[in-house]
Amino acid sequence: MQWITELYEQNKRVIDVAIQSFPKILIPGLKVTIPLTVLSFSFAMIIAVAVAMIQYSRVPVLRQLCRFYIWVIRGTPLLVQLYLVFFGLPSVGIVLDGFTAAVIVFSINEGAYCAETMRSALEAVPVGQIEAGYCVGMNYFQIMRRIVLPQAFRTAFPPLSNSLIGMVKDTSLAANITVVEMFMATQRIARANYVTLALYIEVALIYLLFSTVLTFIQRRGEKRLSAYAALRKA
Amino acid sequence: MADLILNAQGIKKSFGGVEVLRGVDLSVYRGDVVAVLGSSGSGKTTLLRCLNFLERADSGTLSFDGESFELAGISKKQIAAIRAKTAFVFQNYNLFANKTALKNVTEGLIVARKTPKKEAEERGMELLSRVGLADKRDQYPHELSGGQQQRVAIARALAADPDIIYFDEPTSALDPELIGEVLSVIRSLAEEGRTMLVVTHEMSFAENVSNRVVFMEDGRILEEAPSSVFFREVKSERIRSFLNMIKKEEEKK
Repeated sequence: MQWITELYEQNKRVIDVAIQSFPKILIPGLKVTIPLTVLSFSFAMIIAVAVAMIQYSRVPVLRQLCRFYIWVIRGTPLLVQLYLVFFGLPSVGIVLDGFTAAVIVFSINEGAYCAETMRSALEAVPVGQIEAGYCVGMNYFQIMRRIVLPQAFRTAFPPLSNSLIGMVKDTSLAANITVVEMFMATQRIARANYVTLALYIEVALIYLLFSTVLTFIQRRGEKRLSAYAALRKA
Repeated sequence: MADLILNAQGIKKSFGGVEVLRGVDLSVYRGDVVAVLGSSGSGKTTLLRCLNFLERADSGTLSFDGESFELAGISKKQIAAIRAKTAFVFQNYNLFANKTALKNVTEGLIVARKTPKKEAEERGMELLSRVGLADKRDQYPHELSGGQQQRVAIARALAADPDIIYFDEPTSALDPELIGEVLSVIRSLAEEGRTMLVVTHEMSFAENVSNRVVFMEDGRILEEAPSSVFFREVKSERIRSFLNMIKKEEEKK
């Protein structure tokens, strides 16, 4: 036990800063990082389902527009997209606050990736499911809503959870456009106190905590969704 | 026998330049159980799928329950109207994977026909009992054996009380010991006078249950005869060799 006391004595200032700043990092996490993630991911899912359905159903013209959207968004860096919307758009008269700009960019960006996840999940539903739907008299929309989408969602759930966990961490990029989220808050404390290593480890651990909670929720969700799927016995 | 339910004339269908149906004429009367035989690639399944518009025929006419349609130009509405009077049983069952056995049976009633839920469920349970699976109402398809799945599929086909049921090789995907349970359900439907068009490789079924046999070869109907005549007095060399081949394969099992 001696060495712990010694270690504390030697690093007293750093450790005190780290402990005192815990709520100062966590609170922006709860108040900004999580709402930013939840809002952006919800919009991203709406975009993803719509874009995937348009492609899956081979809607002319719109389908090409969707391909174009995915091509552009996946082909440019997220950070550039953030700068473009927040610092670029004001020059054409569109001024957005940092949080709004971040929600817009994260939604559109994640929507493109999740659209591809959803599309592949839709394509994986056997065509016989659709034929059976027609044969019992259902129309295309009824089949999509009641048969194809629920099955596709089951397939897409693990990779979508992946995207969500990825997004929690990507929100740290919003620090670049004045959003005081968890990482920005950490940077400020670090600069004010000249403590870096301890604080950046601390914020990393909080991100890890958030991701762990999400991973746990993912597991529960998968279990619930797999009522009808033959699962490999653990 | 006089009541014509389905009359197809000159059905043609090509896939990428390969002519699969080369002008098929077929009549089905109310109460008929027609077995469609033929080697694989002869167009049996495609014919069935064209009759229910799972494939769109290139040309031909279909008169169904007194109404005539050009197959090439038929509208979605007309297709829906015909499908409302038909049912289809698939080779690999195609039960809705995300629905329980009971919901598979009631789904079409509730969603497509707007039958009140309670009424649909009563009908569903009645049909599941009919195929001997009332106790499996809450099982998902993957929890059922192939034979059980196919029986649920038959219950689903019966739900809307169709004028004709199409069976596309209903026992071909089944283990030999499960074939009997499905065939006996189909036989009981024949006994109650259901109109059925059955693509099959089960010769004993064709001989004992169906009243008519249609033999297809190279996208055409080569022979059409009452089943008693077909199995006892076939003249064509081609059909005789087909029957012998099937017989040999059955003996192997």
